Amino acid sequence: MSEITLSGSTSAAPERTVERATARAVGAHAVADTAPRFYLTHEHHPENGTLFGFWLYLMSDCLVFACLFAVYAVLGRNYAGGPTGAELFELPLVAANTSLLLLSSITYGFAMLEMQRDRLRMTLLWLAITGLLGAGFIGIELHEFTNLIHEGAGPQRSAFLSSFFTLVGTHGLHVTFGIVWLVTLMVQSARHGLIPENRRRLMCLSMFWHFLDVVWIGVFTFVYLMGVLP
Amino acid sequence: MSELTNNLTGRLTWDAIPFNEPILLWTFVAVALGGAAILAAITYFRGWGVLWRDWITSIDHKKIGIMYIILGLVMLLRGFSDALMMRAQQVLSFGDSVGFLPSHHYDQVFTAHGVIMIFFVAMPLVTGLMNFVVPLQIGARDVAFPFLNNFSFWMTAFGAGLVMMSLFVGEFARTGWLAYPPLSGIAYSPDVGVDYYIWSLQIAGVGTLLSGINLIATIVKMRAPGMSLMKMPIFTWTALCTNVLIVAAFPVLTAVLALLSLDRYAGTAFFTNDLGGNAMMYVNLIWIWGHPEVYILILPAFGVFSEVVSTFCGKRLFGYASMVYATVVITILSYLVWLHHFFTMGSGSSVNAFFGITTMIISIPTGAKIFNWLFTMYRGRIRFEIPMLWTVGFMITFVIGGMTGVLLAVPPADFALHNSLFLVAHFHNVIIGGVLFGMLAGINYWFPKAFGYKLDPFWGKCSFWLWLSGFWFAFMPLYVLGLMGVTRRLSHFDDPALRIWFEIAAFGAGLIFLGILAMLVQLVVSYRKRESLRDTTGDPWDGRTLEWSTSSPPPAYNFAFTPIVHDNDTWADMKKNGYVRPERGFIPIHMPKNTGAGFVIAALSAVGGFALIWHMWLIACVAFATMLIAVIVHTFNYKRDFHIPADEVLRVEGIRTRMMASHV
Repeated sequence: MSEITLSGSTSAAPERTVERATARAVGAHAVADTAPRFYLTHEHHPENGTLFGFWLYLMSDCLVFACLFAVYAVLGRNYAGGPTGAELFELPLVAANTSLLLLSSITYGFAMLEMQRDRLRMTLLWLAITGLLGAGFIGIELHEFTNLIHEGAGPQRSAFLSSFFTLVGTHGLHVTFGIVWLVTLMVQSARHGLIPENRRRLMCLSMFWHFLDVVWIGVFTFVYLMGVLP
Repeated sequence: MSELTNNLTGRLTWDAIPFNEPILLWTFVAVALGGAAILAAITYFRGWGVLWRDWITSIDHKKIGIMYIILGLVMLLRGFSDALMMRAQQVLSFGDSVGFLPSHHYDQVFTAHGVIMIFFVAMPLVTGLMNFVVPLQIGARDVAFPFLNNFSFWMTAFGAGLVMMSLFVGEFARTGWLAYPPLSGIAYSPDVGVDYYIWSLQIAGVGTLLSGINLIATIVKMRAPGMSLMKMPIFTWTALCTNVLIVAAFPVLTAVLALLSLDRYAGTAFFTNDLGGNAMMYVNLIWIWGHPEVYILILPAFGVFSEVVSTFCGKRLFGYASMVYATVVITILSYLVWLHHFFTMGSGSSVNAFFGITTMIISIPTGAKIFNWLFTMYRGRIRFEIPMLWTVGFMITFVIGGMTGVLLAVPPADFALHNSLFLVAHFHNVIIGGVLFGMLAGINYWFPKAFGYKLDPFWGKCSFWLWLSGFWFAFMPLYVLGLMGVTRRLSHFDDPALRIWFEIAAFGAGLIFLGILAMLVQLVVSYRKRESLRDTTGDPWDGRTLEWSTSSPPPAYNFAFTPIVHDNDTWADMKKNGYVRPERGFIPIHMPKNTGAGFVIAALSAVGGFALIWHMWLIACVAFATMLIAVIVHTFNYKRDFHIPADEVLRVEGIRTRMMASHV
């Protein structure tokens, strides 16, 4: 409810220390007679739970991906007489795609560093670069999907392709929403500056973006690299 | 042009309205008249403004909790009418008689019964109680994300709305409550029933997941100073474990339903018989969600019983630490047993043995809990108020259900009893005898806290005894029938020897019907007698936890000053050690603001779901785009909180001071 700034900035820390000290003192029955034993006389500000809550959400999202990976593990070799991964996947394209996404994680990191230094313009610049890299990733993925569908290897062809398109597509959908969110946050930061709310939101998107990167490393290894193995 | 109308109306035509089904038509007429009467009454009493400002847009966890419970009770009436129809059909449909429900309707009834009772009765009741009680028990002003809480509720409510809509527009699934493919695939269920199932559960599921995250963050981050984890009330502990289960289980449901909808909408081959699909994968995934789900429901009920037992025995709960450990162990084990739902589906004997053993192990922490409650009662000064009656009724009933569960956990026995009425009797035994009794105990226990007056004990007792005896009459015969080999979901029988058992079961269902009626009468009578049932102290039961330290109903800010916790039974400790209620020195209180965004976004998602069910692609796209825009617009609102001025706190607390003084 109340604004407590993010880890890394210092304004919240002293207050919390004071509060802990009070609690300790009360526990040790060492307070002066004026302080009541059973309630606080100042307004209690619990630590903001947004980052923790968002991390919980990410873990739940991680479970969605875990299911899709498990489904791919079960169905990934059920070609039903259709094309296999070894025949379909173009590793150079995937390599380009992976580099774009990994780079975008680094550039998001730069944006966060600039945010810590309170430099709005540079933050926005790095965010814009991150968004462009993400858009490039989506562009290549769409290109790959269109090609596959044109070759007759669409998601309806076999259980392997169903699970491939769903796993990779779900990741792509996440990146797309990430880009929409990124643009929204850029507008909001440009409007209101790097106020605590916006810092917190950028921090959440940062976690989201890196999370998608981690998932992609799984996809890249498990689907593409292992898929082209004979 | 026809392309456009196709995208607008999809496959919805006048044929979808069941004009030729008298039961549905009359239900519709009754619902329409009742609904119109309610709307008229709201308009007549100028209730719309109040409803919108104080309830629909409210982000107060107490009001949201109450709305969840109202939703659960309303849906209980729907789910129970399905149950009555099934009992009546099975008792009538013997030999030459085919009963009154054609099989395509009967199949929808048992599917809807299961879906509604689990998702839209048990879940809202559990979530509602947690929402109302947890922040009060931990001394917080609200939950961690109050707006999200409002949104979660409306997602659940609109999910329930979609299920209700399937009664009158189109039809519901005929697949059983878990919609196993290939039956639920497009080849065997080409109509809208399964789509209603999918989208109502997806929409409600988002709400459940978000409220799970919300309550975990609340419990982890917002406890009053001094309340370490091992000083949390047991109900809060069970709520924490339940919400961990929700966050770790519901994504699996979301994923598996998404895959089923891809099979149905996009022609993929996840669970199909051909093209390499694997239907068993669906069964595994849905039970990886489904088994934790039953613990999601039962753990908070265990929490309620723990609170009730210690309050009405006037004692500290016996074995607090063991209760906590038992709860946590159950939380973990609930993920390791899912396969016992399909021992017969060919996983092999060693896999079956593993899951059989893990299932039996769960009974150990559960048994420990039962003993803790018994030892709390031992040498306690027991007051048999209504919540305590439900608790004792639970202990006796649930133990039987638990033991038949252990019996079913033995794979060879399960081979004989799988999908029989024995199984049906078992899970009703634990869900009614455990979850429902727990929720009714909880409602009777916390009602005075929520509304400021107790529920009438006479009608409460009537309701309890009718429910309890009704349960035993309704479900013991099903154990017998199951052992005789009768399988579930049948709408017709030939063997007249079975009939007597169905007659006893129908009689039991009749008793439960009277029990529900008595409960409704109890609500009305209590409202009319509210002055004599008034709780002026805020502590009508001589309670032991923090929620009883504030007024009934609590003020919007819950506590004028945040409490400091020194002991498990905080309020008992405060009463014993000379707590003096502060009457001055108040400071402004920081609170979140109401917003209509949650309602609007959830309503848009329901429109989108309805459009997808009926293949109205254009409307679906527009609804989705509008939803996205609404979410973004909402994030541009930075002014989400305000301060309740100290004068206002002084005024509210002054009212309480006078009320306490006038009723000494």
